Amino acid sequence: MAGKIGVLALQGDVSEHIHAFQEAGSYLGIPLEIFPVRGADQIARLDALVIPGGESTTICRLIDKNSMRDAISHFSGGIFATCAGMVLLASSIIDDDRFRPLGLLDITVRRNAFGRQKDSFEADIAVRGLDTPFHAVFIRAPVAISAGTGTEVIAEYNGGIVGVRRGRALALAFHPELSRDRRIHIDFLKRLGIG
Amino acid sequence: MKLEELRFGTELLKRGFASMQKGGVIMDVTNAEQAVIAEEAGAVAVMALERVPADIRKQGGVARMADPTKIAEIIDAVSIPVMGKARIGHFVEAQVLESLGVDMIDESEVLTPADEQYHIDKKKFKVPFVCGARDLGEAMRRIGEGAAMIRTKGEAGKGNVVEAVRHMRNIMGEIRALSGKTDQEIIARARELEAPAELVIETARMGRLPVVNFSAGGIATPCDAALMMQLGADGVFVGSGIFLSQNPHKVARAIVEAVNHFDDPGRIAEASRDLGEPMKGLDIHLLREDEVLQKRGW
Repeated sequence: MAGKIGVLALQGDVSEHIHAFQEAGSYLGIPLEIFPVRGADQIARLDALVIPGGESTTICRLIDKNSMRDAISHFSGGIFATCAGMVLLASSIIDDDRFRPLGLLDITVRRNAFGRQKDSFEADIAVRGLDTPFHAVFIRAPVAISAGTGTEVIAEYNGGIVGVRRGRALALAFHPELSRDRRIHIDFLKRLGIG
Repeated sequence: MKLEELRFGTELLKRGFASMQKGGVIMDVTNAEQAVIAEEAGAVAVMALERVPADIRKQGGVARMADPTKIAEIIDAVSIPVMGKARIGHFVEAQVLESLGVDMIDESEVLTPADEQYHIDKKKFKVPFVCGARDLGEAMRRIGEGAAMIRTKGEAGKGNVVEAVRHMRNIMGEIRALSGKTDQEIIARARELEAPAELVIETARMGRLPVVNFSAGGIATPCDAALMMQLGADGVFVGSGIFLSQNPHKVARAIVEAVNHFDDPGRIAEASRDLGEPMKGLDIHLLREDEVLQKRGW
């Protein structure tokens, strides 16, 4: 089945996400339409919305400035969120009232949980559903310190939650779009019934 | 998790950090209060400075890395990344900035160069570097030394976008001129550019610089910022243009808005309304030769 995937293009690594889904689509041999999304009216007709990495304070401000909060909150398709995207999907943020997250996932996150850029790292981590470790890229990454019942924890690192899933929404503290490995993207598409 | 399996400071982490800045505005700030204004306005990062470039020009003398107390104060004030400037070739200033927890180092011609022969060996650092460039050869040399991000130099501290435009057009034009060339022709071109051949080949293949490319040096208004985005910048640095304007809060927000909607003149018009006096600009031709910052570095 073909699919329409929109990448929220307010700020961040939009082209990397587009490229990663193109690769996943060609691996599965399915035609995907993947494009940047900058307006609320584009969201409802998507099969999946990607919320990219970037600066969560900036992206959140632009979501509100562009009146996109409702459209994202009511979106019923798949959501693929990484790093800043995970922060934006959270229900609350620890020790930080700079912005109000979207609250689409019942998780409490800590921003920049591992420290500053010099503490950013790459590590092989176990991800539920993958039979071998995934090489994950953490850049000034957040962690979830708790997840509500019904929110499945799919990856942990050093005692912190770095991957969660609930229904069609997936949120990761790391950047699978920067890794060569496309297994997470492929699994996401399969679960949506695309491919 | 075994610690030896962890990797810090890799090329992927450095370039990845730069990718997260795309579509953003990085603002020069000189204290915590300005940093908070920048963050609230939607800046993706701040550049912590002792003085903005226009004041460096006015006051003259040797311009150096900012006082560590100042940088620490700004780091404490905001949650977005904080960048700091080191003098060209001054690797100890860079080491100090890294130890302070700065997220990216700008090896900058706005400060007085410390070495007239060598730029910093940026591969030795865990934190990523951004470097200025006026043309493709300069950009390639900096990337070859380990820069994870390029910014076109423009001419800082003058509120005049003309040099920023010249340098962006230069680089984009030189990249377009590589298309259709054979690898052999590209290698010959790399020699002319005094640039590493494999980087020029990679650039030709991608049709763009292999790292994120921002615009800097003279952006003072929302229209300036959108102009640079339409010319192909991945984002913009705004130096003196915000905090030397009459209404920094408003100008900062307006520039973020203009970068977000760089191809929508209606939105740019809306953002440009009632901003008050922008910074007073200077004509590049009125500068003495030794006052031109962009010629620092090579």
